[in-house]
Amino acid sequence: MSESASTVQALEAGKAHYPEEKASLRSLLSPLLFMAPAIILVVVFFFIPVVIVLAISLTDMSTATGFNNWKWVQFDNYRRIATHPNTLPVLRNTLMYVALTLALFNVGMALVIALLTTHVPRRSGFLFRALWLLPRLTPSVVYIMMWKYVAADAPYGILNQHLLGPLGIPPTNWLPAQPWLFVILTNGFIGASFGMVIFTSAIESIPYDYMVAALVDGCSLWQRIRYLILPLLRWPLLFVTTYQTLSLLTSFEQILLLTEGQFGTEVWSLWAYQRALSNYWGNFQWGFGAALAAVLVLIGVVMALVYMRYFQFNQLVQEPKIEAL
Amino acid sequence: MKVKLENLTKRWGPVYAARDINLDINDGEFVAFLGPSGCGKTTTLLLIAGIYKPTAGRILFDDRVMNQVPPKNRNIGMVFQSYALYPHMTVYENLVFPMKLKRVPPAEMKARAQRVAEMLGISQLLDRRPGQLSGGQQQRVALGRALTKHPDLLLFDEPLSNLDARLRLSMRAEIKRLQMDLGVTAIYVTHDQVEAMTMADRVAVMKDGQLQAYCPPNELYDRPRTLFIAGFVGNPPMNFIEVEVVLRDGVYHAQRAGFDLPLLTERGGQAAGRGPVILGVRPEDVMIAEEGIAGEVYVVEPLGRDDLIDVRIGEVHVHVLADPNRRCKVGDRVHLCFNTQKIQLFDPKTEQSLLWT
Ligand SMILES: Nc1ncnc2c1ncn2[C@@H]1O[C@H](COP(=O)(O)OP(=O)(O)O)[C@@H](O)[C@H]1O
Ligand SMILES: [Mg+2]
Repeated sequence: MSESASTVQALEAGKAHYPEEKASLRSLLSPLLFMAPAIILVVVFFFIPVVIVLAISLTDMSTATGFNNWKWVQFDNYRRIATHPNTLPVLRNTLMYVALTLALFNVGMALVIALLTTHVPRRSGFLFRALWLLPRLTPSVVYIMMWKYVAADAPYGILNQHLLGPLGIPPTNWLPAQPWLFVILTNGFIGASFGMVIFTSAIESIPYDYMVAALVDGCSLWQRIRYLILPLLRWPLLFVTTYQTLSLLTSFEQILLLTEGQFGTEVWSLWAYQRALSNYWGNFQWGFGAALAAVLVLIGVVMALVYMRYFQFNQLVQEPKIEAL
Repeated sequence: MKVKLENLTKRWGPVYAARDINLDINDGEFVAFLGPSGCGKTTTLLLIAGIYKPTAGRILFDDRVMNQVPPKNRNIGMVFQSYALYPHMTVYENLVFPMKLKRVPPAEMKARAQRVAEMLGISQLLDRRPGQLSGGQQQRVALGRALTKHPDLLLFDEPLSNLDARLRLSMRAEIKRLQMDLGVTAIYVTHDQVEAMTMADRVAVMKDGQLQAYCPPNELYDRPRTLFIAGFVGNPPMNFIEVEVVLRDGVYHAQRAGFDLPLLTERGGQAAGRGPVILGVRPEDVMIAEEGIAGEVYVVEPLGRDDLIDVRIGEVHVHVLADPNRRCKVGDRVHLCFNTQKIQLFDPKTEQSLLWT
């Protein structure tokens, strides 16, 4: 009697649960269906290549072994990186290159331009920003050739002949003398325009009432930047800093074109490129290059996490709690 | 603090947002700027705040010319329709921000913020962010932020327009009460004539950047000096009827086809012999009666306390507020009785009142 009662109960309970389970299965599947195209794209073009690079980094694959005679070497490549005499100087170069370009230009100069051009009449601000976009619109090779012409060895070059010469400064081989100056300038002039566009649109989208309120509350223009505009730019600052850090870590084409890594300007990504895909001796060390690339990815991920912590990402995306008055 | 505007003018390209505005505001007075959207109320307010520079004219605070004084030195508190609370600061930080900029000592700053928070009933919200507050709460904080700095002048730019009707009613009373208690001079911009009429000591009516009238609310209501004011102030709005005023048997009559209304001599006399004039009468000054001008009920709109009845007399429609117990129905034949004490007369060309100057 009691047994059958409990059976009925169990059945009813099962019945009661059944439609719910079905619904939850469906509610789980349908978003997956909608996301499928994006997921497939990410897997094919992002996930699989990463896995392949990581796999190659565990082999000794190179031009010498070809695609047939390579073998697994476990962490040999990473061990080589750890003990390689170039590792420390290149790492130092990379950090200096990224930090200086980022601070002085990609974020610093970008912010300054955005703030200045949003505090002058609209039209002049727009014109100035449009001019600053020109380097980005110029093909890299042409752009770097122009810089090389500016900084050409003595007695040639615009610097020697037209700018510093007339001031009585003796002609110099500028590129070997100040390689970092030119590496940072060439990258910075292009890099700043990205942040400039983002920051400008962020500043212009600050509601006009906030800007008026700040002035009426007693801010000078400078205090308004300090207390209102900069705090409201936290998201775009986080975004530009993170994005440009990663982009600078992996970008090397300006340096390649300008110095080819000479005069102590070799950076990590250029090193990886030269080892894996383009070197003087024609022996492309795919395995070692892949390991170098993997280390770069690791550095990038760590940096991104640090930024997120520093800008208190969680606080930025907090849920509001509203109750009616 | 007294405020004086002298020929204040602001031009945006071809548009005059403010044109030759002359206005005196007494110390502690509550003045409303009333006008339809786009008439230049906000621009005038921001001129006073120092955000815009006048194209011409002067702004004086207590006889001191303020044209060149930057906003931060004008000691003004302002409340916006959008609240404009700084989203990255807590309620407390918002409240003390103007005091911080004025370098008020920290202890005093805290005391003032707490006093204001208590006054406005927002003490329990001090550590919230604006995004975590309802509209009504945000507007209280905005009001608090304008008050903590002890301003000489309070500016309101349609502060209640984003609130729901009930909240608007209670906030209206509260703002008025606060302003009286603090005795601070206030300018209140609104397109809502009820707000202007109920709160202000004097109302400045604006249209297309120009000052139309500047007088106490009851005067605005009883003695409108232009057609625009007559039509803008009052709800439901005043009826306008085109008539001709003639003298017959020693009595002035306003007449048109199917319409003949005897007028008071002192009113009718101003309009006689001018050809067509516009007669204005408010719906509450017309009654449905047993005799009078005959018409037909065209529409009945129950408003609860009254019925708003549209009566057709020939070609004109007259809105009348009537007792719902009369149970007027569409198509009924009715007679209208006009309160001749309240009849207004306007010149159709100049749109000026023929009675008040
Ligand atoms: N910054 C501005 N630039 C150009 N025109 C403006 C600006 N601000 C206001 N105006 C114009 O001035 C007129 C008055 O605007 P406003 O003062 O905002 O009216 P209100 O507050 O009464 O609705 C409008 O025609 C508006 O388009
Ligand atoms: Mg406005």
